[in-house]
Amino acid sequence: MQINIDKVNSILEKYGVQKEALIPILQGIQAEYNYLPQEALILVSEALNIPLIDIVGVATFYKAFSLEPRGKHTITVCLGTACHVRGGPKIVEEFERNLGIKAGETTKDNEFSLETVNCLGCCAIGPVVVVDREYYAKMSIGKVKTILKRYKEKKRSRNEENK
Amino acid sequence: MKKINNINQFYDLKKKIEGLKSNQYPIIAISSGTCGLARGSDKIIKTFLEELKNRKLDDKVELKITGCHGFCEAEPNIVIFPQEIFYQKLEPKDVKEVISETILGGRIIERLLYFDPHSNQKFTYKKEIPFYQKQKRLLLENNLFIDPNKIEDYIAVGGYTALSKVLTELSPEQVIEIIKKSGLRGRGGAGFPTGKKWEITKKAKIKEKYIICNADEGDPGAYMDRSLLEGNPHSVIEGMIIGAYAIGASKGYIYVRDEYPLAVKNVTRAIQQARDYGFLGKNILGSGFDFDIEIYKGAGAFVCGEETALIASIEGRRGVPRQRPPYPAQKGLFGKPTNINNVETWANVPMIINKGPEWYSKIGTNGSKGTKIFSLVGKINNTGLVEVPMGMTLREIIYEIGGGIPGGKEFKAVQTGGPSGGCIPKQLLDLPIDFESLTEAGSMMGSGGMIVMDENTCIVDVAKYFLDFLRYESCGKCLSCREGTQRMWEIVDRITKGEGKEEDLELLEELAIVVKDASMCGLGQTAPNPVLSTLRYFRHEYEAHIKEKKCPAGVCKDLIRYFILEEKCTGCLACLKVCPQEAISGELKKPHVIDQSKCIKCGACMEACRFDAIVIK
Repeated sequence: MQINIDKVNSILEKYGVQKEALIPILQGIQAEYNYLPQEALILVSEALNIPLIDIVGVATFYKAFSLEPRGKHTITVCLGTACHVRGGPKIVEEFERNLGIKAGETTKDNEFSLETVNCLGCCAIGPVVVVDREYYAKMSIGKVKTILKRYKEKKRSRNEENK
Repeated sequence: MKKINNINQFYDLKKKIEGLKSNQYPIIAISSGTCGLARGSDKIIKTFLEELKNRKLDDKVELKITGCHGFCEAEPNIVIFPQEIFYQKLEPKDVKEVISETILGGRIIERLLYFDPHSNQKFTYKKEIPFYQKQKRLLLENNLFIDPNKIEDYIAVGGYTALSKVLTELSPEQVIEIIKKSGLRGRGGAGFPTGKKWEITKKAKIKEKYIICNADEGDPGAYMDRSLLEGNPHSVIEGMIIGAYAIGASKGYIYVRDEYPLAVKNVTRAIQQARDYGFLGKNILGSGFDFDIEIYKGAGAFVCGEETALIASIEGRRGVPRQRPPYPAQKGLFGKPTNINNVETWANVPMIINKGPEWYSKIGTNGSKGTKIFSLVGKINNTGLVEVPMGMTLREIIYEIGGGIPGGKEFKAVQTGGPSGGCIPKQLLDLPIDFESLTEAGSMMGSGGMIVMDENTCIVDVAKYFLDFLRYESCGKCLSCREGTQRMWEIVDRITKGEGKEEDLELLEELAIVVKDASMCGLGQTAPNPVLSTLRYFRHEYEAHIKEKKCPAGVCKDLIRYFILEEKCTGCLACLKVCPQEAISGELKKPHVIDQSKCIKCGACMEACRFDAIVIK
């Protein structure tokens, strides 16, 4: 993938090129591209004078980072204890069936990434699902299709606009 | 905002703010933390603002957008001051009526009142509601009065008076003495005495020191720190400034979970406001003391709640714990002495300074002083954050505050302490909760998550859940933890599939001891707790899975089957339509049947059935 070097440089400038700024820098890149492109990591490695392998070590250690491009919409199903006892795993399975992917994967058309999280701290309204920062409370198996439909319609209207 | 240069200026400002606030009624406080927002509080706020403006009431009625009110089950809710009328589960269409009936007409809207399932009663005022009545909300109550975006709201409830007292009247040694005398213990889990921790860091020889607020609230099921940071960030900041003064630190960090975007936003703004007023920065309130705070966002790793891993993370490395000693108090962040306390611990500090250690130490039990915030979640009627004095029994918390178990189901266990804790059974419901009693019961305080489980929760599945959590979150440094949690998960997974062997339970116990003894950090040392505690109290459930190949709670997929009860089925076709496998057959108004060979046990039919005609056997 071709990336805009200026953007990476401005992230580097914002957080400074000292070693302890590595994680905020990676967070900035992740926010910009929705994943960590290899070219960007090479730039960071040179700027911070940290071997690339160590940067990849950090990037794979933390859950917030992804080395693969993520879908346009990220679906996050909470699997905290409270959501678990209220049926969270069944919600994940229903998403998996409907999207044809497993948790942690992205659909072929790059529309959806399905993820799980260990607790969002909204235990009262569980099971909780978050799609692109929008929270869905008291999820049920039946609601999964409705949610997916909403985002698929967004895609359709986007396509029509482009025509 | 004008910078405050000395204590007199602070009290002048305080007087001015209090004068402005004193006759400003009515106030509608709307709970709008993450849970409130998820339930639509933003839409209600928008409608209120429009409606107040349309009726030209926007300068007569104040809409206060606050953090979480703690009663998550009743979200979105509002409290109307001065009477403290409590309306729950509001919808935008209710707003007009609230203004015309209650605000202008002084009448109560019956249908918006809270109905208590335990006492079968409706309540009008917040203070009458059993959920609130039994609590001692020393830390959480202020969320009701504070718009977290307004530092002035915090000052109006007495904020920053503790700091001004400390800076003008007390030496660092005296502050430490007060905290020691109060008996405050760390709220992050282990319960180390806070004053003692401060003293050790203070005494470290290196002059440059740091303090850290651990807001990496990773225990699933615990969210009190999020609520404090979102709703009352200045209480944490003030506690940190006082701590920094006592310890002699000039820089502090707040390490917040990546999963808490609203907390990050509110704390970031609060830090800036505190700087603008001169509570942070150089020469704080003219005292000559310098201190500033930086916020640091975690990147999603549970182990970073462990203090040495957290430090590694701030330094820009993988969050891998290291051997202690040296403790962070001697050698911490960037090699300098560092004091780490959790959010709730810091938030206790200003209150102790204001009200005195004698007052504080009268609350709680012999060994555990003060209050503790628990998040009461899972199979419970009144889900929410409850703050109670240490020593309250589980029964009081679950039945009197929590309103019992929904749907008349039977209580099975309560899980405390997150992945480091355990499940406490029914026979221990009268256990008074404090640091010691929970440890003795094979669990631990942890950060205060309390997940209630009923007869439909499978204990073996819960143990598997925590092992799954831990094998993913283990950093991998110690073999015992990395491989041990993996092997333990494999064994329990096998049991839930009906492939368990009788000797598995002994093997589990043996492995548990090795993981406990041979792992370096808290994660590994406590990782076997969920298994050990469930084996201790619920061995029969494991045995049912192994010997009878049955899951008594009806959870473990490989051991259950869904059936349609002929006598209850009305033949409405609802289940048939939702089945993704087309495993259900039948005609309208005739009982349906599930084809077991096609059924994948997804549970969709059971959810769709309105007649309780589908059962698990």
